[in-house]
Formats: sequence, structure tokens, C-alpha cells
Amino acid sequence: MNRVEMRFLSLADNVGLARIAAAALAGQANFSIHDIEEIKVAVSEAVSNAIIHGYENRPDGWVDLIMELDQSGMTIIVEDAGVGIADVEQAREPAYSKDPERMGLGFVFMESFMHGLEVESTLGRGTQVRMRRFVTLSGELSRDAQ
Amino acid sequence: MTIMHAIQGRHVRVTLRGDLDLKTAEPLRDALDKLVDRYRDKNLVLDLTEVDFVDSSGLGVILGRYRRLSAQGRQISLAGVKPSVRSILELAGVDSIISIGGDPVRGQTAAPKS
Ligand SMILES: Nc1ncnc2c1ncn2[C@@H]1O[C@H](COP(=O)(O)OP(=O)(O)O)[C@@H](O)[C@H]1O
Ligand SMILES: [Mg+2]
Repeated sequence: MNRVEMRFLSLADNVGLARIAAAALAGQANFSIHDIEEIKVAVSEAVSNAIIHGYENRPDGWVDLIMELDQSGMTIIVEDAGVGIADVEQAREPAYSKDPERMGLGFVFMESFMHGLEVESTLGRGTQVRMRRFVTLSGELSRDAQ
Repeated sequence: MTIMHAIQGRHVRVTLRGDLDLKTAEPLRDALDKLVDRYRDKNLVLDLTEVDFVDSSGLGVILGRYRRLSAQGRQISLAGVKPSVRSILELAGVDSIISIGGDPVRGQTAAPKS
């Protein structure tokens, strides 16, 4: 059991910082290297979204990263107090992006790599993304045995 | 992110080192576009041997260069792709439009020049 709360400014530099923190915490549980790689992608996407979309690339917004480990896995919450999402369902659709230069794969990656994703958002208030990743014990044991 | 390039016949081989994410997407895009414009008759090879991490921001740079090059009848390919990076590319369907080479045999990568 462990819990980490971090708060950092909406700077691109902090995406890597968030990934490293998530990987380090996941490393305390029984996650495989492969699992950790996937968790890093999910965190990277959620934090990048907070910066690019939530704060529209302004450098002075706060991003909260809350991570919790328990017996069955890891919960990760990424929160911004940015512009919010008008239509969460549409935003989560594969290939949907507000920005024509982007690909709309962030939510796809979060969904594929995590076991459960909840998005709560209020226009003008901000967005909270909550993700959960379970430790898959049998896979872990067989990997350890190799 | 460090970006080095070498001319190898009909190819510009660009060797990247570091994570390909929001932080590095813009400088990488600018550097690649400069090379694409400077060597107008060459194809692009991105050597990802020393890239451990790619997310959708990084993927956007690769796909954007693919679009630019293919509009000019030129090609882009990826080399030295690690398994963790490959699974991202596959999930995005990039493997069906861009040729992806796996981990090169140690010592066989050409020494990058800048
Ligand atoms: N934290 C956020 N704040 C505001 N809008 C967001 C946020 N996260 C995602 N969105 C919206 O959801 C869309 C889809 O996000 P995503 O799947 O990551 O694709 P992309 O980042 O490539 O646009 C974004 O284009 C944006 O409109
Ligand atoms: Mg995104």
C-alpha cells in the first residue's frame, strides 16, 4: 500500500517527470516491465492532455497526479483545472481530436493499456481522468520463472 | 532528445536518442522537416534503437512526416524499433503503412554523423 500526490506546472518537461514517478511507484508492486511501459504511456497521455487541451499550452496551470497502490493494483488520477470537455463521449472516440494536427489516440492508448478509465469534466472548471491497472499475478509468476 | 543524421545512398538516416513525447515532438518535427527539405531526392530512415518511449505526441510527428513524404512520392521507414515502441505503433496501425525494422544486430548500425 502506498499513495503519492504530486502537483506540477503545465509544462511539457513535467510529462517525463510524471512518467518516471508512475514507473517508480509501479515498480514497488508486482508489475512487469511490460506493464510499467504501458502505465507510462497512459500517464503520458493524460498529463499531456491536461497541458495541451486543459490549459491550452499555458505554462501556469496546476496538474495534479495522484497515484495509489493496493493489493490488486494501481489507481492513477490526473486532474487539471483547465477549460474542460464539452462532450466527453465524443472526446473519447478513437481518432477524435479538437486539434486537426493531432491524432486523437490519447484516450485510445489510456483505454487499451489500463483496466478501466473514467473521465469527469466540467466546462470552464477542468477535467479528472481516473485509471486503474490490475496486477496480473499469473503472468507475473510465469515471467519470474523464466 | 538528440538528433543526428547521416547520408546513406538514397537515404537520410536519422538517429534519435531519448523519449518521443510532448516535450520533444516540436523540435523533432522541425529537425526532420529541415532534412526532408534539404535532401529532396532522398528517403527517410528513422533509427529508434535508442528510443525507449513513444506516445501519441511522438507518433504524430512520425505520421506527419509520413504524410509529407508520401505526398512527394518519397518513403519513410523505421529501424531499431524496440518491442515496447512497436506495440504502440501497432496499436495505432502505423505498421500497416510504414515499414518497421526491429532491433538491429548489435554493432551493425552505422555510426551516426551530424
Ligand atoms: N484534460 C483535457 N481538457 C480538455 N480537453 C481534453 C482533455 N483531455 C482530452 N481533451 C479533449 O479530448 C480530445 C481527445 O483527446 P485524445 O484522445 O488524447 O487526442 P488528442 O490529444 O490527440 O487530441 C482532445 O482533442 C480534447 O478536445
Ligand atoms: Mg491526447
